[in-house]
Amino acid sequence: MLAYLTLIFSCQLAGELITHFLGLPVPGPVVGMVLLFAFLVLRGSVPADLAKVADTLLAHLSLLFVPAGVGVMLHFRLIASEALPIGAALIVSTILTIAVTATIMAWFGRRGDAEKG
Amino acid sequence: MDDLRDIWVYLSASPLLHLTLTLAAFLIGTLVYKKSGSNSLANPVFLAVALLVALLLVTGTSYQDYFDGAQFVHFLLGPATVALAVPLYRQFERIRRSAVAIAVSLLTGSLTAILSALTIGYLLDGSRDALASLAAKSVTAPVAMGISERLGGLPSLTAVLVIVTGIFGAMVGPLVLTLIGIRDPAARGLGLGTASHGIGTARAFQETEIAGAFSGLAMGLNALATAILLPLIWRLVT
Repeated sequence: MLAYLTLIFSCQLAGELITHFLGLPVPGPVVGMVLLFAFLVLRGSVPADLAKVADTLLAHLSLLFVPAGVGVMLHFRLIASEALPIGAALIVSTILTIAVTATIMAWFGRRGDAEKG
Repeated sequence: MDDLRDIWVYLSASPLLHLTLTLAAFLIGTLVYKKSGSNSLANPVFLAVALLVALLLVTGTSYQDYFDGAQFVHFLLGPATVALAVPLYRQFERIRRSAVAIAVSLLTGSLTAILSALTIGYLLDGSRDALASLAAKSVTAPVAMGISERLGGLPSLTAVLVIVTGIFGAMVGPLVLTLIGIRDPAARGLGLGTASHGIGTARAFQETEIAGAFSGLAMGLNALATAILLPLIWRLVT
C-alpha cells in the first residue's frame, strides 16, 4: 500500500516539475495522471494494492472539494452585485454543455451500434 | 458561557478543529444525500459547504483560519487526480474504440462551455472581471485559475465559480441527461466531466465506473482544450 501511495505522490511531483520547467498550461497532477497511466500501460495490468489506494481516494473525491468550496464566503459581495449575469451564465451554460456533449457522444454510439447491425 | 468561549478559542488555534468539522459536515451531507434516496439535488458537497459557511459566519471565523485545518483534505485533490489513471486504464479499450467520438464531443462541449458563458454574461452586462472569471468555469480549479489570470480575471473568484459550476452540474446534470433520454454511461460521463470537472466526475462514479472513467477523461481533456482555445477566443472578442 505504502509503496503505491509513494508512486502516486511521485507521479504528481514529477508532473509538477515537468509543467513548471516546460511551462505547460496544464496542472501538475494532470501530467501526473498521464505518467501513472503510462506506467499501467507498460506494466499491462493494475497491481491490486494500487487499485486499493486509487479506489479509496476516488471513493471520497467529493469530500476533497469542500475546503475550496467554502471559499465562496470570500466573494459573497461580488457575486451578489453581479448575481444576474454570473448566475444566468453559469446555469444556462452548464446545462447546455452537459446536454450538447452527451448528445453528440450518444449519437456516435448509436451510429456505431447501427453499423454493427 | 465564558468557559465555552475559552475552549473554542483554544480549539480554534489547532488545525484539528477545522479538519474534524470538514469531515463531520461532509458526513452529515452524505447522510442527507442517502436519506433522500441518492437524489442528485441533495449534493453532499453543497450541503457540507453550506453548513460550514454558516458555522464560520456564526462563530466569526475567517476563511484563512478555517483553511489552516482544511488544507490537509484539500491537499489530497492532487493525488486523487493522479489516481484517475486507474479507472482510465481499466476503460482503455473502450476509450480507444471511441476516440473520434470523444474528440468531437469534447471539442464541441468545450466551445459550448466557453462561448455560451461569455455570450450570456456579456448580454446581461457582466463586468470584465466577472466574464474573465466565468469563461473557464467548466475547467478543474488549478487550470481554471491559471487561465483566468492570463485573461485578467480574479483567480480566487474563478476558483469559487468553478466549484459552484461543479456542484450545480453534479446536482442537475443527471436529471438533464435523463430528461433528454441519454442512458449510455460513456455519454453521461463525458457530459458531466466536460461541464463540471472533478465534482461532476465524483457524481459520475456514483452512477457507474464507466461513467466515472469517461468523466475523468473529459475533465483532463477539457482542461487542455480550454487552456488552448480560451486565450485565442478571448483575444478575438476583446
